Amino acid sequence: MKSYPYQNPSRATWAEDYSFLNNDINNDEGLAFNKSYLKVKDLNLYIHKAHILKNVNLEIPDKKVTCIIGPSGCGKSTLLKTFNRLIDDTEGIKYEGSILVDDTDIFDKKTEITDIRKKMGLLSQRPCPLPMSIYDNIAFGCKMHGERNRKKLNQIVEEQLKAVGLWEEVKNRLHAPASKLSIGQQQRLCLARGLAVEPEFILADEATSALDPISSKHIEELFVKLKQDYTIILVTHTLRQALRIADHVIFMYLGEVIEAGSADEIFNNPKQELTRKYLEGAFS
Amino acid sequence: MSSNSSYRILKNKIAGGLMFSITVFSVLLVVLIGLGLYLKSVPIFEHNSFWHLIKSSEWRPGNNQFGFLPFIAGTLWITLIAVILALPIALLSALFLTEFSKSYLKKWVFTALDILAGIPSVVYGVWGTLFIVPWISEKLAPHFVEYSTGYTVLAGGIVLGVMILPLLISLFVEIFSAVPREFRDASLSLGATKWQTSKHVILRKTFPGILAAVALALSRAFGETIAVLMVCGNLPLLPHSLFDSCYPLPALIANNYGEMLSVPLYESALMLAAFLLFIVVFIFNASSRAVIYRIERKFK
Amino acid sequence: MRLKFIEEKIAKGFMIIASLAVFAFVVNIIYTIFRRGIPALNWAMISQIPAGGYYNGGGGGILNAIVGSLYIVLCSTILGLLISIPVVFYLNVYLKKDSRLAYIARLAFDVLFGIPSIVYGAFAFTIMIYLGMHTSLGGGILVITLLIIPIFIRSMDEVAQQLPKDLLDSTYALGATKLETIKVVLRQIAPGIATATLLSVGRAIGDAAGVMFTAGFTDSIPTSLNQPAATLPLSVFFQLSSPNADVQDRAYSAALILIFIVLVISILGRLITNYFSKHKI
Ligand SMILES: Nc1ncnc2c1ncn2[C@@H]1O[C@H](COP(=O)(O)OP(=O)(O)OP(=O)(O)O)[C@@H](O)[C@H]1O
Ligand SMILES: [Mg+2]
Repeated sequence: MKSYPYQNPSRATWAEDYSFLNNDINNDEGLAFNKSYLKVKDLNLYIHKAHILKNVNLEIPDKKVTCIIGPSGCGKSTLLKTFNRLIDDTEGIKYEGSILVDDTDIFDKKTEITDIRKKMGLLSQRPCPLPMSIYDNIAFGCKMHGERNRKKLNQIVEEQLKAVGLWEEVKNRLHAPASKLSIGQQQRLCLARGLAVEPEFILADEATSALDPISSKHIEELFVKLKQDYTIILVTHTLRQALRIADHVIFMYLGEVIEAGSADEIFNNPKQELTRKYLEGAFS
Repeated sequence: MSSNSSYRILKNKIAGGLMFSITVFSVLLVVLIGLGLYLKSVPIFEHNSFWHLIKSSEWRPGNNQFGFLPFIAGTLWITLIAVILALPIALLSALFLTEFSKSYLKKWVFTALDILAGIPSVVYGVWGTLFIVPWISEKLAPHFVEYSTGYTVLAGGIVLGVMILPLLISLFVEIFSAVPREFRDASLSLGATKWQTSKHVILRKTFPGILAAVALALSRAFGETIAVLMVCGNLPLLPHSLFDSCYPLPALIANNYGEMLSVPLYESALMLAAFLLFIVVFIFNASSRAVIYRIERKFK
Repeated sequence: MRLKFIEEKIAKGFMIIASLAVFAFVVNIIYTIFRRGIPALNWAMISQIPAGGYYNGGGGGILNAIVGSLYIVLCSTILGLLISIPVVFYLNVYLKKDSRLAYIARLAFDVLFGIPSIVYGAFAFTIMIYLGMHTSLGGGILVITLLIIPIFIRSMDEVAQQLPKDLLDSTYALGATKLETIKVVLRQIAPGIATATLLSVGRAIGDAAGVMFTAGFTDSIPTSLNQPAATLPLSVFFQLSSPNADVQDRAYSAALILIFIVLVISILGRLITNYFSKHKI
């Protein structure tokens, strides 16, 4: 039997085993569009003449979970990496347009690239702990930004590990190599590491796809919790996940943004034919 | 049909046996070389203890006095200088090539490295005598010592350092490029600069590999003969400064192979020199492997 | 706070300097050899064998050394290939991935790879004395073969280890014995073989310490395996040791010829390697 999540008019049924979502859904009072810190204007991106992102215009609502969905190769990861300009290191890259964060253009020559990246925590598909201890993984970013005070670092490490619910599990082996943790723990560690530099955004690229169901549920819970303080943008291939946690959804196809809007709108009443087809699983 | 297939299987077996023997023989070659050199150097131990040979610096083959200390010291000195000079250059340019530079720049540097790697060691020797030796004796040494011929420990170290550069750089580039992109992304996205990423993530992640590369370059440097022989001065005395001549082990062997048959125990002494080189290379290979294995387990 | 940007700038500066240093060395070496080698270079150098009194400034050239080197390189490369291809094939097709023998063999080849050519030379020399042989072309070929086999095996093995397992499985599925997969395997590792050959030839032609003991040196061109043979690096070395300035100048020319041969081989090799890798997939 095949059932498509969006055909379920009530999301409450999905919340059965995801009870943490309940209160969220209930007090979801529409999207605060008036307040958007991240705006994409006429973004075009080329890699070696290949037109990867085509005329992208977007507004990402603040302090919400925004999911980017779309078939493989449509440019989701590229868009995400453009937000923190990680894409810069790609051979043959060229871009036009602008991305405004707090009204400063991140492509502007005067904008300091490390400052932008500091604002955007990245969570990759496979957890990627740096080759150092658990403690140093979290302290790494702060140290790179010049924080030397041991006490302060200790405090940050504890705080962030608690924020991702890892503290109890690792507090006795903070100086063990981070690679010794389980995959799920590693992903939470990576999240904590990103949070430690006090970002405003969290960018997650299929951050749960390499994890077991329990761990990915754990991460999802965290996203929902964290959106009080952060703007979360995540790329996902699991529509169910988008359905569970998204407030806002962006559908991309072949490098173009086909449709963007609130989750309810997109899932229950897509305006574009392509979106509908994608959600029905006509192509993936 | 069945005879044909049994013929094929037989052929497969015979070829397998043959290849097995070649493989085993090449493995045995290591043992054979070690054993052969050792047996050849045994006679010298009848007159001198091993420690005496290693610690003494009297080298008078005619009087049956064979002190290896100057040669061992010479080898260690120039190898050390070579690595000290080459390592930072190699690390920096390998990092530049993998982390910072554009691909067209890479092409140029790689071409230069290919040429450097292809230059025969005797040509390095010629270059040393034409360029490095006069430079040391005329420009550099006068600042430090009264007089130097230029045929010195330092000349040997510099020439050797340039010789191991291409090996080191290509190994490092290989190692650095093997680090998955995600590690860089992770560090960069925290706001670290490229250099911070290189220093704290790339170098750290590849530390065992760097050790291995250095060990390989060291063992290459230990045995380098002709180039070093041409610029070191070859005086069997203990060097006291960078501007003294020295006489590395390989040069000792190469310079005296002709007359070694005419002086008693001389052959044995030279074979001991070869045996020492063999042992050093062997130990370096084996122990660096052990170290790498352990570090890798710790980090992974 | 902005310290890290200053650090970045300084580090980058050093990196650029280091990379430029590599260039500077290449340019300096080639320039130095050219400047001193060109004046004494003439046609006689590469077309004649040394005349009487050559090492005291007499006429003639170093054809003996050029031919000797080419003989040795050619023969030992062929021998080396004949020995190392079966070994690589055996290691990667006959033996399992976690085989003890394969592990020990690879370790052994690593050790052999590191053994200096002077040690090979000394070892071969003792064997030759033991067998009552004199320095000869055959001895030189033998020691250079020993020297390059580990290079061959290591660089081919690296490529062979990447062989997709499916490839072998699909040939087995067609009923092929292990031996019969050799064609498929060879085609797959062809670029590896080309690179390995390139490396080995470069190493073989430039090696002086190994042949010093075993091939000897002579003014004539060897006509059989048990005659001694001259080699280019040794020719450079001996001419340079001469007190006569004219002969020293000829050493520089000989070095120039050596560099030239090496560069030609490496350029040709690169073209061939490119050809192979283009036609692989
Ligand atoms: N370095 C690159 N060089 C050339 N093309 C690239 C490069 N990186 C990405 N692309 C192209 O850009 C397009 C978008 O890639 P991207 O990785 O953003 O897709 P995606 O939507 O994240 O796909 P997936 O869901 O499979 O992760 C693809 O067509 C891809 O081939
Ligand atoms: Mg992607």
